[in-house]
Formats: sequence, structure tokens, C-alpha cells
Amino acid sequence: MPTMRGDAMRGLAVFISDIRNCKSREAELRRINKELTNIRQRFRADKTLDGYQKKKYVCKLLFIFLLGHDIDFGYMEAVNLLSSNKYTEKQIGYLFISVIMNSSTEMKQLIIQNIRNDLQSRNPIFINLALQCVANIGDREMAIAFTNDIPRLLISGDTLDAVKQSAALCLLRLHRTSPDSLQLNTEWTARIIHLLNDQHLGVATAAVSLIDALVKRSPDEYKGCINLAVSRLSRIVTSSYTDFQDYTYYFVPAPWLCVKLLRLLQNYPPPDDPSIRSRLNECLDTILNKAQEPLKSKKVQHSNARNAVLFEAINLIIHMDCESSLLVRACNQLGQFLQNRETNLRYLALESMCLLATSEFSHEAVKKHQETVINALKSERDVSVRQRAVDLLYAMCDRSNAQDIVQEMLTYLETADYTIREEMVLKIAILSEKYAIDYKWYLDIMLKLIRIAGDFVSEEVWYRVIQVVVNRNDVQSYAAKIAFEALQAPACHENMVKVAGYILGEYGNLIALDPRSTPMIQFDLLHSKYHLCSPTTRCLLLSTYMKFVNLFPEIKHHIQDILRHDSNYRSSDVEIQQRAIEYLKLSEICNPTVLATVLEIMPPYPEKQSPLLVRLKQKKPLIESENVNEPSSPSTTTAAHTEDGPKLAETAMHLNHHQQQQQQNGLLVSLDIPESNGHYEESTSNSFASLTKSSTSTVQSNKKFLFKNSDIIFENELIQIGIKGELMKSSMHIELYYGNKTNFNLINFSTNFFLSGDLESELRMNMEPIKTTIDSRAQIKQSGTIDCLKDFYDLPKMNITFYYNNIPQKIDYSFPLYLNKYLEKADMDSNNFFLRWRNLEKPNQECQKIFPAKFPMIYDDCRQKLEGFGWSSLTGIDVNSENFCGAGIIHTVSQQIGCLYRLEPNKQANMYRLTIRASKDGVAKRFAELLEDQF
Amino acid sequence: MIQFILLFSRQGKLRLQKWYTSQTEKSKKKITRELIATVLSRKPKMSSFLEWKDLKIVYKRYASLYFCCAIEQEDNELLTLETIHRYVELLDKYFGSVCELDIIFNFEKAYFIFDEFILGGEIQETSKKSVLKAINDQDVIQEEELEEKRSVLEDLGLA
Repeated sequence: MPTMRGDAMRGLAVFISDIRNCKSREAELRRINKELTNIRQRFRADKTLDGYQKKKYVCKLLFIFLLGHDIDFGYMEAVNLLSSNKYTEKQIGYLFISVIMNSSTEMKQLIIQNIRNDLQSRNPIFINLALQCVANIGDREMAIAFTNDIPRLLISGDTLDAVKQSAALCLLRLHRTSPDSLQLNTEWTARIIHLLNDQHLGVATAAVSLIDALVKRSPDEYKGCINLAVSRLSRIVTSSYTDFQDYTYYFVPAPWLCVKLLRLLQNYPPPDDPSIRSRLNECLDTILNKAQEPLKSKKVQHSNARNAVLFEAINLIIHMDCESSLLVRACNQLGQFLQNRETNLRYLALESMCLLATSEFSHEAVKKHQETVINALKSERDVSVRQRAVDLLYAMCDRSNAQDIVQEMLTYLETADYTIREEMVLKIAILSEKYAIDYKWYLDIMLKLIRIAGDFVSEEVWYRVIQVVVNRNDVQSYAAKIAFEALQAPACHENMVKVAGYILGEYGNLIALDPRSTPMIQFDLLHSKYHLCSPTTRCLLLSTYMKFVNLFPEIKHHIQDILRHDSNYRSSDVEIQQRAIEYLKLSEICNPTVLATVLEIMPPYPEKQSPLLVRLKQKKPLIESENVNEPSSPSTTTAAHTEDGPKLAETAMHLNHHQQQQQQNGLLVSLDIPESNGHYEESTSNSFASLTKSSTSTVQSNKKFLFKNSDIIFENELIQIGIKGELMKSSMHIELYYGNKTNFNLINFSTNFFLSGDLESELRMNMEPIKTTIDSRAQIKQSGTIDCLKDFYDLPKMNITFYYNNIPQKIDYSFPLYLNKYLEKADMDSNNFFLRWRNLEKPNQECQKIFPAKFPMIYDDCRQKLEGFGWSSLTGIDVNSENFCGAGIIHTVSQQIGCLYRLEPNKQANMYRLTIRASKDGVAKRFAELLEDQF
Repeated sequence: MIQFILLFSRQGKLRLQKWYTSQTEKSKKKITRELIATVLSRKPKMSSFLEWKDLKIVYKRYASLYFCCAIEQEDNELLTLETIHRYVELLDKYFGSVCELDIIFNFEKAYFIFDEFILGGEIQETSKKSVLKAINDQDVIQEEELEEKRSVLEDLGLA
């Protein structure tokens, strides 16, 4: 075969050679600009340019683009190529579009039209080009345009196999980019599932990926795939490698298909049907057995393919987490890999073992390898492998081995790579707290940690040390003692000064009787570090000094001198200056009793999830996809954590901790999980036991959002949904906030809104697409508008699906959008009010309800609710000042509806009478129903 | 799902890029730059896998070219290594002992082979024979169309 495959386009080859021969970047740029000018002229002048020329120039443009230059013309010529009847011209046209016109909307319709023509062509190679293009750049518009054509190609009996393969993955692309727009007929479900059985292994391979995605969306609908997947898998793993001809890869039968099938099965819990289940177990058993057989080839491809299947099988075993014999076998197999000479295998074995460590069946088996793992930490030459070893040690740690593991990690920390130090510090801090039997041990470890890894100790870590000390009075004097000792070291990290400063300020008195640590000695020691510290730390120390004034009145004058010193009292740092001035004044004017109250010991912190875990989760940044607008909500987790940074130090005296906790929380969504005891669950798997099954919840709306414009409208153990609405006449702009409350990322997150029945013509909803992943403890935002076309009575339906820890979750929810959201208050005087009131006296215009009070009958509460509902509360209209009257206008696109109300409380009877009149039939009744149980 | 595939030389020159998710040109360039630097700084004996942002990177060097694949957390690293290998085999078979220059001069063919082998970030066809047959069929058409063009020119007395 000739090497110059491109000799069909000699001009292109010449151009590429020219570029390669350029000696400098400038020369290259000159050559490119010359070519661009040439092409531009050709395109502009030469109307008779034939397809071949066009193809050649388009291809040159593509090459220039791939060198990293911008291309701002030639698009039209490329699109023209699509309608050529020559395959190679069409092909280059499609290539250009796929590579360059990723998200451009120009000419979209033209492209779609060309694709449609090709899809309907009789020539399968044209169909395939069109499908490949959609698979490369498919978007929402294409999903809508081809919602019928492509599925038809997939399931039709007379489609060529190659076309089916492309069609399957093309649908997958459309499904991923725009799940709502792609409506797959449920009648097709069975036929799609049956592609798993297709004789052609290539078709089955392509189809599994599609089915995997569809299963994630509607697991129940596609449940039938379990049986087919198991039997197909079984046929492959029990066969001989010669059975599959070209689908055997280095003596391994169909490894890609096997891995995809094993992945597909991880979407479901273990099969219920005992026969399917035992067949699956046999498959897994066979795969584990094969791993023990001698290799059939020395080539690395053979062992890689074999082990790829093995690792995926182990993933499935871990996912099912029920067959203890399989789990233990898997663990032993991985144990062998830990000693393998292939770095890749050691890496993956460490990674998979992390998962095994979390299963109760295999946790003990994993622990047997502790020594090997510690060895890996010490001897592996690749930092990414050492990182895996750290992860595994963290995962296998429990109360029985915590002391050893923490000690090993501390030792390793001294020489660890800089890139993983911060994460290691967090892990050590978490483990030593979680498994501390003795909090003195915990404190020893933590101070050692700060000493060894000073710079890598993030703020959360030392905050946490302080929180633990504040909350446990049995260790406070020990803490003061060792903090004092640590300060005596000649080179003392600033983080140590902070911790010691805080602790001595609170508990210095507990060691003050010891002649080696009298108040004056404590103070001098702290102050000897003062000038070496940053302003933030100095501020903290000033607070400590102030606490000393209260604890040790005998050194008050000494401290006042320091506060009065120019470097503080006139410090160029505003915060230091302010503290110096305020503290000095405080110490001068307050009597000891007042001082003792102001400077009282800090109350215990409320127990919540350790901020360290949150921090650990944040360690990995994400790649942002182009079409995702990162929500700039003030409560994103990063914002929250930088925000709480200096607060603890600064507010030690000014604010009480409750305020502080509140400030740490997000705007709408608080992600705290209150926990009853003093410890923190590291893994949610225990506390969420009930959620490890796939669940579908249907929730009745309880009139959330009725009186407010922002509210939490849904919450369960996994997620919390908040809403904010803003009305502009008939159009409401809403923002939904989805907060992930778990320690796992929620993936494949999607939301759907349905307007059923009459609502379809009454509301118009337009919601922006949303990110498909919510990181652990983070939240994402979805904005949109809902226009009110007519008055409406039903609620829109909301449907949320996502995966929590690989388990599909589905929530069906009535979206609490009531008609009153479109109500705008109206002010009017008494004459006007009664004039309108009397005009609305037809039977359907009025509705009256008499109902008992549900809440204490407090005037201001009622008024607040009525105003929150959306209409005005007018005073001085009703003769009885206890009564409420008011008015509002409902804005819809088509009309405005006036509404008036009167609410009469009867305190003796503990009853209300509510009368509503509205200019449109039915509206008064609807409002009365909404309000009757709300007072 | 494969998020993107990059082919680059030992000198850090990008030779081929295939993106399976939409990214802006700016972020493509940023990712490419960072990743090439990361991979090139690794030593030969190190594992072929690394964690990078929320993705897993699987790479392998063939002669002067690095093949680098970004996959998602739930994807299988070892199999991705073999996906790379299969692509290399396809190139090798098609070009006859492929070298970097083949990919530079015939980048469009390298893309066509991708589309027959991987689509939408998932493996479409693992049979070497099937993929090569599809590509060779394309070449046959190309030859025919070229013939057609020549004969038209000949008819006009231009060739």
C-alpha cells in the first residue's frame, strides 16, 4: 500500500511539506498567511471552482486550523461539499464540520438539511458519513431533527450492520447531549435491548454503550437487558478464544464487549432471578479462574486484555457486594497483583482494593495486605502509585490498625512528594480523629503533623484541632501543656503559633500553676513569636493576649503596654490597629465581672460533619465543559470554605459560634448533616443504608413556596432543592439550586419538567440545560423562565433522576408553582376598593370559606402571609381594624385578572372567614382553596 | 466514555486530536498544553495511568509518538491501553509500518480510521478486518472518483 495516501490531493501534500520545511515560526506563519490569501481569493473569485478544488482547499484550511490557527472563512464551501455526490468530497466536508464547527450555530439548518438528505440516501456509505458526523457534533437541534430517522435505522431489519453500529452510537451522543429532546418510543425498547443478542459482535459492542446510557435513565424500562447481558457474557467467557475469529484479541475473546457487558450489569442490583444470578456468578467465577491459568502469550496485550476483563469483573463483584466468596477471591487476586512486576497492575490493584476495603465482606481480607501496601508507599518509584497506596491505607484503616497506619503515614509524610502532602495531611487528620481511642494520642499526632508538614496544613486542619479541644474538656489541660511545649521549639511553624495561641488563650490557666509555665512565661513565649508572624496570626495573638487579661489579671499591665505600642496601636494594618485600640479600651474601662463575661471561655462547637472531609473532596478540580455555566451562587463550596477561613480566628471573641456556623452555610441550602455523637461518619454507606437501593420517590408538594419567593422545595437524605423566583409581569424568572448532601458525586443528573393536560396551553416553561454531575457537597444551579399564558390550576410535574453511588435514583415531584406567583399587589383607596368589590358579585366570581384557625391568631403573622401571597394588605378600608382587605392583579400573557379579598378573624370562635372576588371565573375559588388551611 | 484522544510527539508537538465532548478552542488548547507537559515529564518505568482533574489519563508511547486518552472514572484503564494499541495496529496495517510522517501527511485518513473504530467516545468496531475493510472501501471509491476526473480531463484533451 502506498505511504502517500494523500496523493489524491497533491497540492495538500506540497503545502504540508512546505510548512515542515519552514525554519522558524515566522516563516511558517508567512507561508500560512500566503496560503490563506490564496485560498480566500480562490473562493471569492473563482465561481467555477470544481468539487475537487474545493475539497483540496477545505482540507488545507483544516490542516492550518489543526496547527492552532483560527480559520474564519471557508465554512460555506465546506458545507457545499456535503451536497456533492462524490463520496470523498462529502467526506472532507463532514470532516471539516466535525473538527471545526463544533458549536457554531451559523449554517446549522443547512448542515442539518444535508445530513437529512444523506440519512435518507440509499447508499449506506453516505448514511454512515452522516451518522458519524452526528455522533461527532450532535446537539439539541439535531436530536430534535432526527428523533425518528436515526432510531428507525437502528432497529430496522434491513439496515446494514455497519450502519446499525453507527446509528447506535449516534443515538448515544444525542442522548447524552440532549436527553429531553430525544424521545425514544417505548415500543422500540424491546428491540433495542435485543441488539445485545445480535449475531454481529460489532453491533452488540456498539449497542451495549447505548443501552448502558438508556438504562441509567430508565432502569425499569430496560430491565430486560439483565438476562440478555448475562447470557451473552456467559457465552463469551465460557467459549474458546478461537470461536470469535477477528473479535478475539490476543487470545482473549471479545474483551471490549465483555467489559461493556460487565459495566452494564453494574447499573443494577444483583439479579433477583436465582437462575440468572447463578449463571452470572459462574461467569465471574470463570473469569477469576482464568486469571490463574498460565498466560497464552508473552505479549503484554494478552495479559492487559485478560486483566481488563478481570478488573471489570471485580468491579461488578464489589458492586453486587453480596457474594463473600467472590469478594475474598477477588481480594486474593488483587493481593497477587500487588507484587506484580508490571507497574500498571500494581497501580490498578491498589485502586480496586480501595473499593474492596469498604465492603464488610472483604475488609478483613484487605487488611492482610497492610504490610505490602506500606512497603509500596516506601518503595514505589512512581508517585501516582504511591498516591494509590495512600488511598488504600486510608480506606483499610479501622480502629484496630489506626495507630500503625497513622504512624506509617506520618513517617512517609516527611519525605512525601509535595504534590500529595496536603491530601496526606488531611487523611492523617481525619483518621487520627475518627479512630482516636485516646484524645491525647490524637493531639500528639496533630501537633506532630503541624510540625512535620507546617505549610501543607490547610486551615481546616488546625481549626479542627481547636474544635476538638474546645469540645472535650478532658483534654484541655493536656492540650495546653503540649501546645506550650511545642512552642518552645526553636523553629516553630506559624500554624503551630496559631494553634498554641488559641489554646493557651482559652486554657492557659490550666497549666499556669506549673512554675515552668506561669502566666508571664506563657505570655513571653507567645510574644517572642509575634513579630515573625503574618498580620492574621498577630490578630489572633492579640485576642489571646486579651483573653490573658481576663485569665491572669496580674499581667494585665504588661499586655496593655503591648497593645499601646506603636507597632500595634498605630499599625498600618487596619485589623491589628482596631483590635489593639478596642482591646485596650476594653481592658481599661471594664470591671472584672464584665470582662469575665465578654471574654468567657468559648462554648462547644455544634457537631457537624468534619470540614476536613469536605476539603478532601474538593481536592480534585473538574474540567468544565463548554456548555455548562458554572453557577456563581455565593454558596458554592469553594466560596464557603474560603469564607470561613479567617473567621474562626477573627471572631473568637466577637461572634458566638452560632452566627459563625450560619455564615458558613450557603445562601439557600445548608448541607450539614447533624450527627448525634461526637464522631463523624467517614463513609456515608452506613448512615445511608436505606439508600443503597435504587429508589423512586414520589412526593406530594406541601405548598412550599406559596408565601415566599425563595424556599426549599424538596429535601431528602441525598439532595436538597431550593428555589428563587422573580416576577416580571407574566414571566417568572426562576433559579433552582440542587445541593448534593452526600459524600459521593451525583452523576447523570438530569431534571425534567412536564406540563400535562391543560397546563400545556397555560404555561410555557423554558429551563436551561444543567450540569450532569453534582460534586459531593456542592450545588448546581438551573435557571429558567416560566411564562403564564392563562390562569392555571394544576401543578407542573418535575422529575429528577441521578445516580448516587452507582444506584439510580428517581424523584417525581409536583413543582410548587401556584397561580398566586403571578399575582402583583395593587394599592387603592377605600372608594376604589368597594367600587370594584361591588362590581364582582356574580356567583363564579366570588368564593367564601369559613375555617378554623390552624395557627395562633396573630395580626402581624396574617398580614405577612397575605403580603407574601402576593397581594396588598390595605389598612383603613374595613371598618373593623382587625380585618384584612387587599387587592392584586394576576398577569398572564393574554389578560390581567383583578382579585380582591377580605379576611375576617373571629378570635372568640377561633375561626376565619375568607372572601375572595376575582374578575375571572374560578380564580377566587382556587385562591380560597390555597389559603383556607394556611391561617 | 473516552473524552478525548491526543497524539503528540516527544518534542511536545500535537499531531492529532479527537474530542468527544464539546470544548471551546481555548480550553482545548489549555488542556492539550497542560497534559502534554504532564505526560512528557513522566519517566519510562512509571505506570501508564494517572489521575488528572476528574479524569483518568491513559497513555502509551510508540516510537516517537505518545498516544494519550482521557477517560472517565468508571472506565477501564487496561482496556483503554488496548484501545490505543488497536488504533496503532490499524494505522500500522493501513500505512504499512506507520510513522509520524504518515499521520502528518494523511491526517484526514487518521480521522477516518478513528470514526470507523471509535464513535461518540465508545468503541464501535473492534475487528481489525472490518475497520480496515471500511477504510479500504473508501480508498477504492477515491480511486474511482479520481479515475473519473482524469477521464473527464482526458476527454477535454487536458491531461
